[in-house]
Amino acid sequence: MSELKTVPQAITGPSNFLDERLGGANFLKRNLRKIFPDHWSFLLGEIALYSFVILLLTGTFLTFWYKPSMMEVAYDGSYAPLRGVMMSEAYASSLEISFDVRGGLLIRQMHHWAALLFVAGMMVHALRVFFTGAYRKPREINWIIGVLLLTLALAEGLTGYSLPDDLLSGAGLRITEGVAISLPLVGTYITFFLFGGEYPGHDVISRFYSLHILLIPGILLALISAHMVLMWVQKHTQMPGKGRTNQNVVGAPFYPAFMAKAGAYFLFTLGVIAGLGTFAQINPIWIFGPYTPADVSAGSQPDFYMGFLEGALRIMPPWEINLFGTAHAGTLPLSVIIPALVPMGIIMTGLALYPFLERWVTGDHREHHVADRPRNNPHRTSIGISAMTFYGVLWLLGANDEISAFFHISLNWTTYAGRVLIFLGPALAYLITYRMCLGLQRSDQAVISHGVESGVIKRLPHGEFIEVHTPPAEDIEAHMRGKQPVPMLPVAEDAAGIPPKGMRGPLGRLRARMSKAYGGEKIPLEDPHGHEEHAAIGHGGEEEQHAAVGSSDDDRSLTH
Amino acid sequence: MTDNEHEIEQPDERVPKRVIGTPPPGTSMLGTVEAPRAEEEVPGVTLQDEAKARKAEKIVALCFVITFLAAIAFIISYVVFQVGSPEATGASNLALGSSLTVAILSLAIGIVIWVRQIMPKYSLVQERHPMVSDEEDRGVVGKTFVQGANESGFVKRKLLRRTLLLGAAPLGLIPLVLLRDLDNTKMPGSQFNKLLRHTVWGEKTKEGKPLRLVVEGTGQPIRAADFNSPGGILSVVPEGYEHDLTALAKATLILIKFRPEELKSGVRQNWTHDGIVAYSKICTHVGCPAALYEQNTHHILCPCHQSTFDAADGAKVIFGPAARPLPQLPITVDSEGYLVAQGDFEVPVGPSYWERGDAEAEARAKGGQA
Repeated sequence: MSELKTVPQAITGPSNFLDERLGGANFLKRNLRKIFPDHWSFLLGEIALYSFVILLLTGTFLTFWYKPSMMEVAYDGSYAPLRGVMMSEAYASSLEISFDVRGGLLIRQMHHWAALLFVAGMMVHALRVFFTGAYRKPREINWIIGVLLLTLALAEGLTGYSLPDDLLSGAGLRITEGVAISLPLVGTYITFFLFGGEYPGHDVISRFYSLHILLIPGILLALISAHMVLMWVQKHTQMPGKGRTNQNVVGAPFYPAFMAKAGAYFLFTLGVIAGLGTFAQINPIWIFGPYTPADVSAGSQPDFYMGFLEGALRIMPPWEINLFGTAHAGTLPLSVIIPALVPMGIIMTGLALYPFLERWVTGDHREHHVADRPRNNPHRTSIGISAMTFYGVLWLLGANDEISAFFHISLNWTTYAGRVLIFLGPALAYLITYRMCLGLQRSDQAVISHGVESGVIKRLPHGEFIEVHTPPAEDIEAHMRGKQPVPMLPVAEDAAGIPPKGMRGPLGRLRARMSKAYGGEKIPLEDPHGHEEHAAIGHGGEEEQHAAVGSSDDDRSLTH
Repeated sequence: MTDNEHEIEQPDERVPKRVIGTPPPGTSMLGTVEAPRAEEEVPGVTLQDEAKARKAEKIVALCFVITFLAAIAFIISYVVFQVGSPEATGASNLALGSSLTVAILSLAIGIVIWVRQIMPKYSLVQERHPMVSDEEDRGVVGKTFVQGANESGFVKRKLLRRTLLLGAAPLGLIPLVLLRDLDNTKMPGSQFNKLLRHTVWGEKTKEGKPLRLVVEGTGQPIRAADFNSPGGILSVVPEGYEHDLTALAKATLILIKFRPEELKSGVRQNWTHDGIVAYSKICTHVGCPAALYEQNTHHILCPCHQSTFDAADGAKVIFGPAARPLPQLPITVDSEGYLVAQGDFEVPVGPSYWERGDAEAEARAKGGQA
């Protein structure tokens, strides 16, 4: 078919109509060919975005049949083993969706899988943004919106998990209640207000329902829109590379390439979720039976994103304090309060504050549009891996009964090990990651300063064998040369030995020390030692002939 | 009405070039400038080899046809496969899900091949500008703000400002006040503690008799003489409350039969009957039912967070995050030999909370006086 010369009539008609009323041409002129940089890791957030869209669609379908009521009814649906059993209308209607609505089971399972993918997508997206420093100025606001989104997603998951009102989800609800009532001063009030009285009461399902389908998704939708608008206005960050600077953005235009890619990516997400909903059974509520607070099934597991809280509850020692003895006040069940608040608090507060803490330590007030390679900011990367280890240990221990059963380890020992690992693991992860980052920086230095091993062995006139190194490919070199030293505050003392202003008090001194450790160039790309040695031995010929002489000195010495 | 009426107040550039509502000059919004044709070279846009693109087009077309067929298959499956039994539902789920998955993935793959092998390769460059506005604009905004603030009189007129704040403060509290009736007990908050300290075991039947212990699920009362195999265990609920989940959330029991010599000092002997001991089944950690029992070791284990209690020794904690033993319920038998509660638990059951206090010490103190 021939190509278009002008815009076809079918489009000019409506577009004229709209433009005369809204004046959109100016916006489209600037944005239709908006450039989006390409990197596989930039697609992780899209998984979360598309999962959210799928959640809205499948969730709406589920609401057509679901009844958020705790009224006890005798089940008379298709599933024979439960016929005649007393259960809540919520559970009965969830069974109806599963067994009496064509496609109901598929959509229910897709909804659950999409929820898992939504949270998982947000987590890996947040990690990508963290490790590449893409939260730095001017994107701190969007980062905080992201932290809020993650927190809300957990609340959305928790409320949705409880709605089928089966035995498993009821166990989750019971734990939620046990945690809420443990909070000092306000605990009983919170639970009585949430449950309309004593647990479980008759209200919590309908209350969770309105939170789950109206309030929280409404806020999520608003925040996601804000997240997208900010990303659009501030333009996406790009990985360092050829022709990419802090003042430009290199990539493919929104129309047609990025649009089509994004559309395909939505379909991939939907396809994978549909496949999971078809072939991977999730939450078979008919097996668990209706909820009763008198029963629980062994091996109960929450959805993965709640696993870290579960693990934290499991490894706590049995600490409980009665501040005022037998008086009816002052009971602090630390074995519940600490795991409920501390890990979540550390992770979410840490995430939200990190951009500002980093800026305080580095004094870096510039805009950043080129992403860091994780190795090039070793302390940030180590902190991130350390936090991941902290989370990961808790998460694994949330399944310690499964681990114990599967690997035939004593259950008690998984708990004891967890109590040690929760401190040891993050510390070790920090040290190991830090060394790995420096090692990777050295390998970059070797490539830039000495080239890449060519595989050609050459014998020199005096008998020495050397391997010929060739310069790295242009794009790889450009990618490596995107490295920027981590900024450092002016911490040096003046001639009289007085530290600069703002770094004299105890907090100031701490800031100066942290800045010195965090900032600066640890391993410069151009290897000064390597070149000196070349000159000294007299091999500095036309090719770079030496393998990198590993700088075995303490890395601090290379700061300048 | 047209914008021309505002002409006097508008700076020159804001005067519309044409009257709104009349046809625009030129042809159309998109058609005025001729777009570059795909064959023309544009910097940053590398066209695909036409032969390769033609081959790719065929593969893409195949993908789209598969989508068409799979979507039709979905509709047919919807009509053909009925749901109901687990097997029928499973077959329907498989047919619907796999056709949907194939339709969507095939469409996605087609589009990706289209983008990668037919659309050009792009490496276009766009300028970025600092996010910050220029000084002049910031100055104008600042000035405008000050001007507006002064014009409004908000700064100058103290009475207006203060009464506005005065009015707004309680208005903001209204949404919170409205939430008070979320709690249906209609009790003052200080009474919540009283509710939590009691279970239905303290109640009597209509005839004024103590509540019988009945087996969870069947509702059978338990004759002490029939529950006679040592190591036996039953999950027990109060008679008449078998379907009251709020009552069960505190009153469910675990009933264990011991040989007399197995019982240790932690068990209140006068609260047992012939080696039968009743503990609250609600874990003192966060309230899961402590449902697992190991006969050899007499360990009660809560499957949620693995708190472990020694049933032979007053259900004291021997492992896990629970800080307190499972409360023991005083039981006895009625005139017909059925197990009944002597009364309520001495201490609150279930998870700890702020107003609980050291109820165990309180009970001991009371017991000491008596």
